[in-house]
Amino acid sequence: MTQLILFNVFNGLIIGAFYALMALGLSLILNLTNVINFAHGGFLAVGGYIAYSLTPYIGFWGGLLLSPILTAVIGLLLESTLIRRLYGRDPLYSLLFTFGLAFVLEDGTRFFWGSATLPFSVPTWMSAPLSLQYFFLTGYRLFMVLLVTATVAALFCILTWTRIGIRIRAGTLDLETVSTLGVNVRLLRNFNFGLGIYLAGLAGVLAAGMLGLQPTIGSDLIMPSFVAIIIGGLGSLPGTLLGGLLIGVASGLTTVFFPSASEVVIYVLMGLVLAIRPRGLLGEEGRF
Amino acid sequence: MARLQMRSDKRLGDIAVWALLLTMPFWINTVGGYTQLGTQVVIVALAAMSLNFLLGYTGVLSFGHAAYFGLGAYGTGLTIKYLVPNTLVGMAVGVLVGMLAAVVLGLVIVRSRGIYFAMLTIAFGQVFYFVAYRWNNVTGGDDGLSGWQRLPVSLGLGTLDITRNGNSFYYFVLVFFVVAVGIMAALLRSPFGRTLLAIRENERRALFLGINTNRHIWVSWVISCTFASLAGTLYALLNNFADPHDLRWDQSGDFVIMAVLGGMRSFWGPLIGAAIFVVLQDYISSQTENWMSFIGVFFMVVVLFFQRGLLGMFRRKSS
Repeated sequence: MTQLILFNVFNGLIIGAFYALMALGLSLILNLTNVINFAHGGFLAVGGYIAYSLTPYIGFWGGLLLSPILTAVIGLLLESTLIRRLYGRDPLYSLLFTFGLAFVLEDGTRFFWGSATLPFSVPTWMSAPLSLQYFFLTGYRLFMVLLVTATVAALFCILTWTRIGIRIRAGTLDLETVSTLGVNVRLLRNFNFGLGIYLAGLAGVLAAGMLGLQPTIGSDLIMPSFVAIIIGGLGSLPGTLLGGLLIGVASGLTTVFFPSASEVVIYVLMGLVLAIRPRGLLGEEGRF
Repeated sequence: MARLQMRSDKRLGDIAVWALLLTMPFWINTVGGYTQLGTQVVIVALAAMSLNFLLGYTGVLSFGHAAYFGLGAYGTGLTIKYLVPNTLVGMAVGVLVGMLAAVVLGLVIVRSRGIYFAMLTIAFGQVFYFVAYRWNNVTGGDDGLSGWQRLPVSLGLGTLDITRNGNSFYYFVLVFFVVAVGIMAALLRSPFGRTLLAIRENERRALFLGINTNRHIWVSWVISCTFASLAGTLYALLNNFADPHDLRWDQSGDFVIMAVLGGMRSFWGPLIGAAIFVVLQDYISSQTENWMSFIGVFFMVVVLFFQRGLLGMFRRKSS
């Protein structure tokens, strides 16, 4: 029993790390531009599929390195040609636009790679369990946790200490003032959007290694990311991280006792959090 | 004078819409449709118009109306299948279930605004989808709820056979459409409706006038969701089936795009949007497997080029 609980908590933590990675990208875009990027899951799928196509040529590591960058480039192209036009409009429009884009991306991956589940192979030494007693602790899972940790740490370092990161944070509070201080807001948004999509692409490659690839992978993972953001509190990146991990562990634990409720539980958790604290765990009062 | 002119234009428009709806079974075949498609348009339009009560006239963005639409559908289907084999009772239960869910969730949701409101409605909407999807032995899970069908309705004087997809079912649906739309129109003309418009235009000002905006938005939300679940019950009756997809966020998005496409600021806009969307989806999905891409591109094009909606553009041109 303890092993089962440990297994599911650890599993939940990994899933939670995913959600967090994805939700952080969503959150970045949401905070600076007020765009709810429904297509984020689509970008995740694209990241995974690009890595799948690249690995035969440049190997797993090459795919892991290159695919998120290519995904970010695709995202940037779409942002600077189309999504940019919707900034400052009613959020309704960007929501509908990215909603349509999510459809196109999902169907596009189905068109190019087919709708069957594709296996995504990770290096063999990684997929072996590390110990017999804790069979679930494969090298790949451990690697994922480490990589996500490193990525999140890097993200927070960028946002805290680099000039562009400070500007992004300032922009989420008051973009107009940032603009009058002479910052090129257009570039700032570009960079921010690219960064968000990079995280989605990276999450996509990691998800592919664990779950395999299918076109609906994005739309399956996007809703929990929304929930993670809401639980953590809109506008707060540490909150998003916390929210992602929380719902991961919650759904992992529920799998032990009541498997069919493992999806519903995160919404129940969200309801509880909001009933007690309407702005989410770490959200600022009155910002949204 | 101009105002009088506008008012008579509006009345002409109303008459034209009602005339078209009343005579639909007689002309739909000549334009290449069929009565069942027309029925579907009316039902989906009711859902889109209910959504627009909130979106266009109260100014808050709900992206989770499919939940209440689907609750109506499942409430009806489950009641007829397991409890009472009676169409009207099933409908009543469906509407009540949707309304209750809206009442309770509304308490949490209406405290937020803008994108936060949108995200909460999206997220809460998914709960019911997963319940329907996972609770296999009751709801049929992914396969949907089948094994039941709508039954003849017995009125005091005689029974109305609506079991076939013909004219009698269409007019049965139309009666509910007329009542629901009539109530919404009357509400919008009442002081309550004017207050909603005031909140839409400037919430802070409404607050300063002493209006409890949260409560008004909550009431508007409940009304909107209730009529959406009414549409859901009719939709389940139309198909003799409830689909978990009816509850999913993509369905919510469909309702929003219908309202935007037709024109959120006009009462009949969502009806036109629904007609275009349903017919287009019916056509595209019969032509190609990649219908999702077409619908997706359609969304993007509408947002980039038709933000004011078809009726909105028409109105601007004529003024």
